[in-house]
Amino acid sequence: MQRNRIRKTLFALFAAAALAAGATASAQEPLKVGFIYVSPIGDAGWTYQHDQGRQQMEKALAGKVTTKYIESVPEGADAERVIRELASNGYGLIFTTSFGYMNPTIKVAKQFPKVVFEHATGYKQAKNVGIYNARFYEARYLAGIVAGKMTKTNVAGYVAAFPIPEVLQGIDAFTLGMRSVNPKAETKVIWINSWFDPGREREAANTLIAQGADVITHHTDSPAVVQAAEEKKVYAVGYHSDMSKHGPNATLTSAVHLWGDTYTKLTQQVLDKKWKSTSIWGGFKDGMVDIAPLNKSVPKDVADLVAAKKAELKAGKLHPFQGPVKDQAGKVRVPAGQAMADDKLAVLDYYVEGVQGSLPKK
Amino acid sequence: MDYLVSILVATIAAGTPLVFAALGELVTEKSGVLNLGVEGMMLVGAIAAFAATAATGSPWTGVLAGMLAGAATALIFAVLTLTLMANQVAAGLALSLFGVGLSAFVGKSYESVSLDPSAPLTIPILSDIPLLGPVLFSQQPLVYVSWAAFAGIAWFMYRSRPGLVLRAVGEAPKSAHAIGYSVITIRYLATLFGGAMAGIGGAFLSVFYTPLWVENMTAGRGWIALALVVFATWRPARVMIGAYLFGGVTVAQFFAQGEGAAIPSQFLSMLPYLATIVVLVIISRNLNTIRLNAPVSLGKPFHPEVA
Repeated sequence: MQRNRIRKTLFALFAAAALAAGATASAQEPLKVGFIYVSPIGDAGWTYQHDQGRQQMEKALAGKVTTKYIESVPEGADAERVIRELASNGYGLIFTTSFGYMNPTIKVAKQFPKVVFEHATGYKQAKNVGIYNARFYEARYLAGIVAGKMTKTNVAGYVAAFPIPEVLQGIDAFTLGMRSVNPKAETKVIWINSWFDPGREREAANTLIAQGADVITHHTDSPAVVQAAEEKKVYAVGYHSDMSKHGPNATLTSAVHLWGDTYTKLTQQVLDKKWKSTSIWGGFKDGMVDIAPLNKSVPKDVADLVAAKKAELKAGKLHPFQGPVKDQAGKVRVPAGQAMADDKLAVLDYYVEGVQGSLPKK
Repeated sequence: MDYLVSILVATIAAGTPLVFAALGELVTEKSGVLNLGVEGMMLVGAIAAFAATAATGSPWTGVLAGMLAGAATALIFAVLTLTLMANQVAAGLALSLFGVGLSAFVGKSYESVSLDPSAPLTIPILSDIPLLGPVLFSQQPLVYVSWAAFAGIAWFMYRSRPGLVLRAVGEAPKSAHAIGYSVITIRYLATLFGGAMAGIGGAFLSVFYTPLWVENMTAGRGWIALALVVFATWRPARVMIGAYLFGGVTVAQFFAQGEGAAIPSQFLSMLPYLATIVVLVIISRNLNTIRLNAPVSLGKPFHPEVA
């Protein structure tokens, strides 16, 4: 009896696998594209932006693809299970959209060589695993320019999560942008050692405001910082999505991520069977980052300056880390006439001149 | 001076959710019931309060909804452990997990919606006192409620007859039963009270402190409240000290960072936990105090039939 049941189950599994294999083999079927999200989609934030990208891609390739997303997948063992489930259910292309999915993605990819994987923000590539990331810092640089023009106290506050290169790129680029228009302005940073804790984000924001910051921004996931700025009547710069509805008066602009074009491009490559594992690190030029519309309170000359700088970034004529870049000790890290190379940028581990305080040691 | 004022104002706000949750749990535990579900009850209270405020526009309706939702969540625990005699530790842990999931599910459509911030209630004249005025008398109205709750609970516990009965139930349920008190009813009431207070704590977070709903927004405050009760040796005044100490060190470490103190931020993040535990252990270091204050029957089920 027991054995019979096992046999039946095995048979059913085989049949399902055969069906799934059949589905991928036939060219007529639309390509099944899966997305794994680390948090709920909500209506703002990291995952929201990825889902906007998914929808844009699905629209652009209507009829040729079907998409499915799984949200709130914890990084780690659960992620591996979910990724494997998609891969074994006939998904031909799977986007894993958080850093912590790196190892599970690589592991599952080995077992499914015919499935294409794209992992966001990681650094491990494989034959069937491509990686993609955005130059978030370019949008930070522009936001810094707006902040530098709008601050009256010459102190900007930055609520940050963890001292990793991605976050430091943002802090440094913001500071460089700000000081390019206002050399007296400085940035104060508070690390909350969490991506997500609205209570602490707010406490940190209030602290920065009490310490004289009149523009505050954040590299954390909730709108708590923008809300705090709205309440205390100072300016804020949002992150991930346009945060202006959480602080209509406070939000000068937001540094936003755009994934839609990249998703469409990569999916098209898979459809055309021209996909190859690549590493994408795109900015304004590639349409992967942008800044949200400026607040009404930003004067026209500032808006014009930002638009001009944005055009330069788009044309590839401006690099936020254009030398000379000095660190806090005044040591020149990037000599004049050069821009910081990507390999240096990817492992950035210091504050530039104009950031107050010392960086937490590893 | 302004600096000190803003640190102290922030300290009290940061400590308030802990005050509510920990005082509620204290009453529950004093009756001999160990409810580890504080985190879950806070979250359910937070989302209920948020939803009610979003629907009606009135934060006080929200607080009421949070209170009722917290009590309703505690009722599940009470039925499981007091009527059905389930293990309290297991049921409490399950309640926490349940609360996280339920609040996330209900809160899905409220993700990242912002409420209008409520202005602090400034008490005239008193708030003009230098230093103390702005710190103590220009806070969110719920902060004053938390002080009233503290005074009420301290009085109830040690100065009133029902409080004495409650403690008796926690110390010697058999004796209390023998002289005619319904142990189970009293434990039900204490558990519901604990849930209601945790719900208010959650409501303070989602409606007043950071007026928005995000999944898991209590971020561990329920567990801290639980620990506070133990380290404060079940004394209301020490719970208050612990809660504000925790809030104060959290805020102070941000100020230190903003000033550019050369201390690793990871160490500073640990500091509130460390400082609170160390201070409470020192003030409660006498083993006799712990023995005298810990409810003897804490976590032990009571069967009236076999008593």
